Amino acid sequence: MNSASFNSQRPGATHRLLSILLLVVGLLLAAGLCVAAPAPPDNPVPNIFVPRSTPANMIDHLSLFVLLITALIFVTVFTLLVYVLVKFRAKNSDPSHEPAQVYGSTQIELAWTVIPTLIVVVLFLASARVIHAIQDAAKPPSAIDVVAVGHQFWWEFRYPSLGVVTANELHIPVSDPTHPTPTYLKLLSADTDHSFWIPQLNGKTDLIPNRVNEMWLDPHQTGLFLGQCAQYCGTQHAKMLLRVYVDTPQSFSAWVQAQKPPANLDASVAAGRHVFETTACINCHAVAGTPANGRFGPDLTHLMSRATLASGAAENTRENLRLWIQDPDALKPGSLMPSMKLTDNDLDALVNYLETLR
Amino acid sequence: MASDAIAIRAQGVASRPWVELVHEWITTVDHKRIGILYIVYALLFLVIGGIEAMILRIQLIVPQNNFVSPQVFNRMFTMHGTTMIFFVAMPVLFGFANYFVPLMIGARDMAFPRLNAFSFWLSAFSGFLLYFSFLGGNGLYGAGTAPDVGWWAYAPLTARAFSPGHSSDYWTIAVLVAGFGSVATAINLIATILCLRCPGMKLSRMPLFAWLNLVMSGMVLITITPLSAAQIMLLIDRYLGGHFFDTQAGGSAAIWMHFFWIFGHPEVYILIIPCFAFMSEVVPVFSRKPIFGYPVMVGATVTIGFVSMSVWAHHMFTIGMSSPANAFFTITSMVVGVPTGIKIFNWLGTMWGGKIQFKTPMLFCIGFLFQFLVAGLTGIMLACAPFDWQLGNSYFVVAHFHYVIVGGILFALFAAFYYWYPKITGKMLSETLGKWHFWLFVIGFHLTFDPMHIPGLLGMPRRIYTYEPGRGWEIWNLLCTIGAFVQAIATLIFVGNMIYSYFKGRDAGNDPWDAWTLEWSVSSPPPSYNFAVIPIVSSRRPLWDLKHPEDPDSQYE
Repeated sequence: MNSASFNSQRPGATHRLLSILLLVVGLLLAAGLCVAAPAPPDNPVPNIFVPRSTPANMIDHLSLFVLLITALIFVTVFTLLVYVLVKFRAKNSDPSHEPAQVYGSTQIELAWTVIPTLIVVVLFLASARVIHAIQDAAKPPSAIDVVAVGHQFWWEFRYPSLGVVTANELHIPVSDPTHPTPTYLKLLSADTDHSFWIPQLNGKTDLIPNRVNEMWLDPHQTGLFLGQCAQYCGTQHAKMLLRVYVDTPQSFSAWVQAQKPPANLDASVAAGRHVFETTACINCHAVAGTPANGRFGPDLTHLMSRATLASGAAENTRENLRLWIQDPDALKPGSLMPSMKLTDNDLDALVNYLETLR
Repeated sequence: MASDAIAIRAQGVASRPWVELVHEWITTVDHKRIGILYIVYALLFLVIGGIEAMILRIQLIVPQNNFVSPQVFNRMFTMHGTTMIFFVAMPVLFGFANYFVPLMIGARDMAFPRLNAFSFWLSAFSGFLLYFSFLGGNGLYGAGTAPDVGWWAYAPLTARAFSPGHSSDYWTIAVLVAGFGSVATAINLIATILCLRCPGMKLSRMPLFAWLNLVMSGMVLITITPLSAAQIMLLIDRYLGGHFFDTQAGGSAAIWMHFFWIFGHPEVYILIIPCFAFMSEVVPVFSRKPIFGYPVMVGATVTIGFVSMSVWAHHMFTIGMSSPANAFFTITSMVVGVPTGIKIFNWLGTMWGGKIQFKTPMLFCIGFLFQFLVAGLTGIMLACAPFDWQLGNSYFVVAHFHYVIVGGILFALFAAFYYWYPKITGKMLSETLGKWHFWLFVIGFHLTFDPMHIPGLLGMPRRIYTYEPGRGWEIWNLLCTIGAFVQAIATLIFVGNMIYSYFKGRDAGNDPWDAWTLEWSVSSPPPSYNFAVIPIVSSRRPLWDLKHPEDPDSQYE
């Protein structure tokens, strides 16, 4: 052992080690502050620590408790580690002088077995309470039922009791704690696994073929909440975006009333409707009140009431709509909608028709 | 790296034709050479898997990036994950176990040398088979593709309806064949450790390295088998009209998850337990003290082995299990933290009162301790089912398991490389380059994986090839990508150090670290028969007894 050179490196190494470790802790703290900073009420940035719904609130409280406990463990062990490194670094350059050889201690082993076990018990009880509260919550009669079906790569939403079908943008009413109107989602999948996740409203639950899952939302603030598919489902998993509008009871009823009737058919766009109904469009898409009744793709009866196209891949504008129909791969590569190779005239007529589906 | 390994042999026999040398390496049944083959093979795949990771990070550096298409991105993360677990981590750990278990227990070879060679060549073949998918994935239909189903290959993405061509078959068969190799190695290690210990080496005197590899091998035996069964079932689904996982014909997607994770979670411990073994050898030597609480360390390892097999469904908290099931897997997942914590405390206890030498292997061990602590604590968060409903499948999880695999496993591996390279090659690795490697890697690691937790809290799911701007994810992804480059540079320094030191390094001698286990009693590199005379030991630290006859360990046992 070359103890002389070792000795000259030692203090530098320790200091560098310390400063790096401090830097890391600082970075973690800074990041924590960024996340914990209160967001403005209408901020659409998803954040699990800015819950706006009962189950998300419960998870948030539990999470903060777990974070607190783990932070205490971190500080304790980290302090111990730094103390050991500084206190017991080799100072004596004499290699023949070995430290006292200690083989163990039953008391100490017992201490660091029992204390962590107690911590685990506490954490488990706290978790079990929240698991039970969220999973086994009684469904109030005033709850809204929605069936959510995951597709490659979009969301189908059906409101069986309200007679409404829509896609990608879920509307639910805000829930007043005195008269709760939570939304109960029945989660199904038409093809592969998907996962429904709006961080501010609840944790995620998967949509799995051949399996019925359930989750509930109980939002207490109106506004738009963003999320996206959280289980890898194929090529365009990334652009299977999800928007949830939490409406006031009045605007929710108004939205339901607007969604219920069949399509408003305008004779001036009959040419476009003809294109739609004589190409493969109707194999996949439904427009209520017309022969189009496909279910492979989104229901287009009230297409123009939605803010986005292609499950959030683009804003719902005339240009994007035209591009989307002309070449779906350009907007969302790997999407299952084929290009119909329409002529420019047919394409314009078709877009004109779709634009009347309000 | 291949030339590096071949050159090792070339030293003494420079005059022989290279064909003969290659032939010797291919037909070898020497556990040391097979160990080197495993390690070199794993390093090769480490570079390939690393390049795939860089492609992923470059694509994610800014939102709506078009560096690669979604199809390519999905193939890259599938290949990255599969490569790193099955063709880097497993072989490199088997390599170290192969090389050092016989040396540490005073044996001349593994129990079944031919089976040993067979296992290695199975693993090697399966790695090449996986990568052949780039050419053969689409069969006769045209351009080839690699699998794009993720490294869990969740059903029904692997069903023929969603995965035409042969890309999933390459994945399935590669993993199946690699699994056979792993099971054979596990049998070999168990037989070696139980039957070939030198006189005097009772189980209670075995180095922890051997103990931990024994537990790891037991776990491989138990958990690789369900994975192999699932692969065969998947092949039956795809080619013989079975419906195990084919949901369109009434199969169950959830059954595949159970099969996969009952392998997948113990797998994490299969990988980390050999790293605990490295820690348990390196930390005592550089603290100049015996391991603190040897029997407790053994007990904790065996406990981890058992408990880790009852935690798998914490990967499935979001699939809609019943509340009692969620509660059960919450408690088991948290309980496994107790024996793991005991290990961390025992390493700290080993350092306590010692004379800690900050040589490169020890620096990596300290990095391991810090990062594994953080990884364990984020693991507690993920074990808490409701917290996991938010964190699961987000970038928080990606950050967490990279903290385990890079911050833990890879740091311990680097420690092992710096510690045992002198024994394998007879040359010391450069300490200066080693320190550059360590500090750059620490900076790169933390720059990549600390910020990565944040977008997960802000709703960024994993496995997305691009993301929307304006969700607060940009800055964190940018930092991750910069950090990935720093890590890549550090890794190049490491590879450079190994090549440079092989030719220009200081001679190591038999025992450069003044260590205590049997491998340091033989020459570096060890002769092919390991020990001219089989040693007889009377304590856990035979070389300590030799060096300190006035105060031997044996008098305390």
